[in-house]
Amino acid sequence: MSAIECLDLCKYFQQGDSVIKALDHLSVAFEQGAFVCLSGPSGSGKTTLLNAIGGLDELDSGEVRLDGQRIDNLSKSELADIRLHKIGFVFQAYNLIPVLTARENVEFVMQVQGIPAQERHEKANAILQEVGLLGMEHRLPAQLSGGQQQRVAVARAIVSKPKLVLADEPTANLDTRSMEKLMEQFVALNQNHKVTFLIATHDTRVMAYAKRQIKMVDGQIVADETR
Amino acid sequence: MMNQNLQIILRIAWRNLWRNRRRTTIMLVAISLGVWAMIFMSAFMRGMVDGMLVDGLNSLPGHIQIHHPNYVDDPNIENSLPEPNEQLRTVLDGEAVTAWSARVRVPAMITSERESRGVMLLGIDPEYEPQLGFGNSVIQRGRFVADPGEQGIVLGAKLLETLETDLGKRVVIMSQDPDNNVADRGFKIVGVFKSSVIADEEMFVFTGKETVQTMLNIPALVSEIAVNGQDARDVETLLQQIRAHDSPLQTTLPWYELNPYLGLMANVMDGFVLVFMIIIFLALSFGLVNTLMMAVFERVREIGLMQALGMKPTTILYQVMCETLILLALGLVIGNLVAVVTILPLMDGIDLSSVAQGLQMAGMSTVLTPSLTTLDFVLASSVVIVLGLLAGFMPAWKASRYRPVEALAKT
Ligand SMILES: Nc1ncnc2c1ncn2[C@@H]1O[C@H](COP(=O)(O)OP(=O)(O)OP(=O)(O)O)[C@@H](O)[C@H]1O
Ligand SMILES: [Mg+2]
Repeated sequence: MSAIECLDLCKYFQQGDSVIKALDHLSVAFEQGAFVCLSGPSGSGKTTLLNAIGGLDELDSGEVRLDGQRIDNLSKSELADIRLHKIGFVFQAYNLIPVLTARENVEFVMQVQGIPAQERHEKANAILQEVGLLGMEHRLPAQLSGGQQQRVAVARAIVSKPKLVLADEPTANLDTRSMEKLMEQFVALNQNHKVTFLIATHDTRVMAYAKRQIKMVDGQIVADETR
Repeated sequence: MMNQNLQIILRIAWRNLWRNRRRTTIMLVAISLGVWAMIFMSAFMRGMVDGMLVDGLNSLPGHIQIHHPNYVDDPNIENSLPEPNEQLRTVLDGEAVTAWSARVRVPAMITSERESRGVMLLGIDPEYEPQLGFGNSVIQRGRFVADPGEQGIVLGAKLLETLETDLGKRVVIMSQDPDNNVADRGFKIVGVFKSSVIADEEMFVFTGKETVQTMLNIPALVSEIAVNGQDARDVETLLQQIRAHDSPLQTTLPWYELNPYLGLMANVMDGFVLVFMIIIFLALSFGLVNTLMMAVFERVREIGLMQALGMKPTTILYQVMCETLILLALGLVIGNLVAVVTILPLMDGIDLSSVAQGLQMAGMSTVLTPSLTTLDFVLASSVVIVLGLLAGFMPAWKASRYRPVEALAKT
């Protein structure tokens, strides 16, 4: 049994007269501990696939299983629970809750999970240190640069060591140095805790870290290479 | 777990509230004003009705009255009853009774050297009467009735004016005895009283009980026995105790049956205040729903984000409701405080005598005293919280229905 199984996923959008196939009969599976890069031209369906796996969007057809459990037919509340406990997210654009400080954003998921304050603070401090944001933890998102916001989002996604991290363009706003640090953290988590990583990216520097590379075009997988 | 969730919900709700300071402040001012209006207006409405009740009860007077069975329909001297017997007196002198008085009360004609007027002649015992029938009044000049055998008479200032007479002068009182013979007697005016109810000044004249009994030839008979309990609104127990002594010659009635209009007024007041408060809040609620809708709509993306990160739809619902609740609670606190602060200086009463001719005719006191009751604070708070949460439910529900991906996709 694979950790993630996608079977014949279809997701269509009506755009005027034409139909856009964001996912077109796509099937794929990932083992626990996989480190995967999704690449492909803009509009090829990377974000749509990540959303489907994260239970964020309804599909037109197909099945998604996490650890053998079908999630495409769960209620919103059950899905929320799965996301909360199993998945860390880094979204492509809008990542942080504007009224919460950097630290509170990092602690948000842990707090909803019900982790005690003491433990939360310690974990948040450690991760903020790792992503190089110590000293900025009391700033609101609006007072951080794009790259800093991105790092807060990454910190939040990995701080509670979920089984799966879905990251959409996590390095878009980062310079090479920060990008390398971030990828090293991902690799370490992947190796030490068998966290599965699915990273959608255009960035060839990021692809270099991948153990498996999937290329998408028009909602279909056109290449799938494992190194 | 729940505790942690509550903490984050409260934190986000509180900060969201102050994101748009201007909008929140306007809403807060509106709610506070509404609450203030609820409390302030209720206090004066209640004050007015309480005033009417007090005046009404004072000029009845007596929370409970014992009469001859025919007296209420025909307050004639024929329909008199004996003074209280031993058993009844034990009840009347008991703890539950604050004051009682057996008195003769008959319609009479008063004549001075110049004028005549119809009045109500009260033959009273000054040891018992003052706490009862004289509650609204004070002696302005001279003195009150000295004893049951008093030979002098006490009039209201207004009546004194109409009769164009004065303290120390003589008047003649004319009435009928039970055999329909004219009974009359001259009295010297020994006292003049002022009343907060001007009608009383024109209506009532006081003298000794025994003097009237002799004049009307009704030894040991009275027109009524008036009884005051601890609280006019709660007379049932006392009523039952006294009713136990009813006979074919005497029947007992509470004030709300003696003056049904007064009773009705006291009863509908709570309902009236509640309706009034609800109307004020309904006017407010349009603004409230609108504001909350705008606030939620502006935050589609972060609401989607929170759901995407694993916050349940119900938790989102609670969070928006929480915002509403904080807003309402703040409005309540401010509104109530401002209401108390603005009402307290007026607690001594507002003198309406300059504009009060109409009020006096309606039997109302010329001083309006607001009445702050705990019940009104409870009513206002309940109306605001219950209706406010109902109003807040729609926006909150809408927020919880956003689909995370839709919300995140908006740019
Ligand atoms: N809500 C939507 N309504 C209409 N079309 C949509 C919607 N979401 C996605 N699409 C379309 O679906 C297709 C796949 O979009 P998706 O966001 O998955 O692409 P992507 O590979 O992530 O692109 P990028 O690299 O630019 O992020 C695109 O053509 C896009 O326009
Ligand atoms: Mg994308």
